[in-house]
Amino acid sequence: MNQKQDYFPEGHAFYSALRRRYLIAGVWQTIFFSALLIAIISLMALLYDVVNGAFGYIAYEYKNDPSEYTSTPISELTKEELLSILKENLSSGAYNKLNNEQPMETRSQGELYVLFLKGLLQVDTKQTWDLTDSLLRGAEIRAEAAEKYPDAQLEFRSWLTPQFLTTPMSSKAEFAGVRTAVLGSLWLVGIAIIFALPVGVGSAVYLQEYAPKNWLTAIIQTNINNLAGVPSIVYGMLGLALFVRTMESITSGAAFGITDSNGRTVLSAGLTMGILVLPLMIINAQEAIKAVPDSLRQAAYGVGATRLQTVWSHVLPNALPGILTGSILAISRTLGETAPLIVVGASTFVTIDPSSPFSKFTALPIQIYNWTTRPQSEFHAIAASAIIVLLVLLLTLNATAILLRNRFQRKY
Amino acid sequence: MQNTQTPEYAIETKNLSIHYGNFTAVKDVTIQIEKQKITAIIGPSGCGKSTLLRAFNRMNDFVPNCRVSGDLLLHGINLYSKEVDPVEVRRKIGMVFQKPNPFPKSIYENIAWGARINGFKGNMDELVENSLRGAALWDEVKDKLQKSAYELSGGQQQRLCIARTIAIQPEIILMDEPASALDPISTLRIEELMQELKKNYTIIIVTHNMQQAARASDYTAMMMINDERAGGVIEFDETKKIFTRPSDKRTEDYVTGRFG
Repeated sequence: MNQKQDYFPEGHAFYSALRRRYLIAGVWQTIFFSALLIAIISLMALLYDVVNGAFGYIAYEYKNDPSEYTSTPISELTKEELLSILKENLSSGAYNKLNNEQPMETRSQGELYVLFLKGLLQVDTKQTWDLTDSLLRGAEIRAEAAEKYPDAQLEFRSWLTPQFLTTPMSSKAEFAGVRTAVLGSLWLVGIAIIFALPVGVGSAVYLQEYAPKNWLTAIIQTNINNLAGVPSIVYGMLGLALFVRTMESITSGAAFGITDSNGRTVLSAGLTMGILVLPLMIINAQEAIKAVPDSLRQAAYGVGATRLQTVWSHVLPNALPGILTGSILAISRTLGETAPLIVVGASTFVTIDPSSPFSKFTALPIQIYNWTTRPQSEFHAIAASAIIVLLVLLLTLNATAILLRNRFQRKY
Repeated sequence: MQNTQTPEYAIETKNLSIHYGNFTAVKDVTIQIEKQKITAIIGPSGCGKSTLLRAFNRMNDFVPNCRVSGDLLLHGINLYSKEVDPVEVRRKIGMVFQKPNPFPKSIYENIAWGARINGFKGNMDELVENSLRGAALWDEVKDKLQKSAYELSGGQQQRLCIARTIAIQPEIILMDEPASALDPISTLRIEELMQELKKNYTIIIVTHNMQQAARASDYTAMMMINDERAGGVIEFDETKKIFTRPSDKRTEDYVTGRFG
């Protein structure tokens, strides 16, 4: 028994076995690294695809020659010049209609310029090229454009412009923007937070701090976990049945004297989103509450605190950073969800900002979906730009969550 | 918990048993704790020392399935009867835990919070100072009362927890291995502090440390598990006697280190 070489390899046998172990280790390391590489490549491809669409050459023509209206180069026109050009050349009906929407004098130079392009010059996009083509085949594109569209101007442009953020939806891709969609998405997030945060945190506090550990609690807990995995379209059906139809008098605002609307409002969609993120919100808040060590609760109870005093003064303040972080991550789902919005009835063409919970609305993913399904390539370009806007919004939310977590991280 | 008759003991148990579901963790404990004395509970791991200690201020209420039978009498009133509120029990019987667990707040607030939630109406600054003096911590922290309690050393944190406990002026202080997470010097300071505290309070302490029990306590309860793995007090007497002339063979084996 005490001759250990009987049981373990020694000398040469040991080293050959060791070499084999290192070989296997190396193979596995390569496999793990390849997995990481595939993940990184997939993400890079996604990013490339989006950026590729959002920039590039565009060939466009003016149906009407700018020289018919002015002798100055059109990009140098001042607000006053644009005003007078529009007043002289637009039909009085069209001018009055615009004036009724918003008095022409109060509009900015940029807005008037767009009206000039849209209404008088009538820009007509002939063809667009993506970023890769524009960078690698610049000369070819210029030759091709000169041959196919002799009257067209060729310009390298970013589809993502400040104007893209501030203009509402338009039927022409060149003039379309995401303002209504961004505002719609923010309304959704806001309503979802107002509904889901208190309900979610309240449920989590009850489940963690009050609920007895019995079969009923276990069933509720299991179902909350399952609900977090229910496909979002199912929540859309729920929202349609509950908020759009059953509660129409409330969600349309009819109960508050608003008559020009049906149940397909930003309120219905926001509440649907609230229910959608609720399970996630509860689970995240529970995790945050669970992370507060029991020793702290015992310390509070030990000096004669009631349950509420313990929860209010110690558990919640210490769980708050975690609750906020988790809630933000949960709520950021609201920004990206599309399916429930389609079911609940988001409009795809809205030019008026949502101004109340009872407004019709659109949201960024809806807009992106709508634009990508159009045949014209310029719509694909603005869809790519809208995706960038959506991603930036998402990253901002997530960065806020990380900042909050780092700033308030506590040690016990 | 009003009773005009002067009780003989600070607290006493009669056939106190503690069950977790169907399992009996502590069985038939009958002991009387003397006023203003230090009573140590010793015994091997898993014999139910901490469970018994936590039964004294109903901390076991938070353990699911935990059930207590028998009597725990404070001033002749059973603390487990329906009319007694556990919050009131914990206000009268304070507790110091094994690992220092100050609140993640300032030193001042650590002491003031317990007093405030219990409706303290006096001068808070005075109470904080007196409590810290009582826990022999005042001189070390008087210039940094608004600093976080986490900036203190482990031993200081434990004394802060003691100060927090005496701030609500309990009758009895329970200590669950209060020095087991501390170095020998901090341990000694806690033991010295206990001798000061017993002038005003009754102390019950659970300890693994034989020397600590022998050094610091007046009475000792020796616990051991029986064949059904239920813990029980096999011997309860003056500490001097337990460590010199124990009447039970198992106690003798344990205190002399020949156990097992």
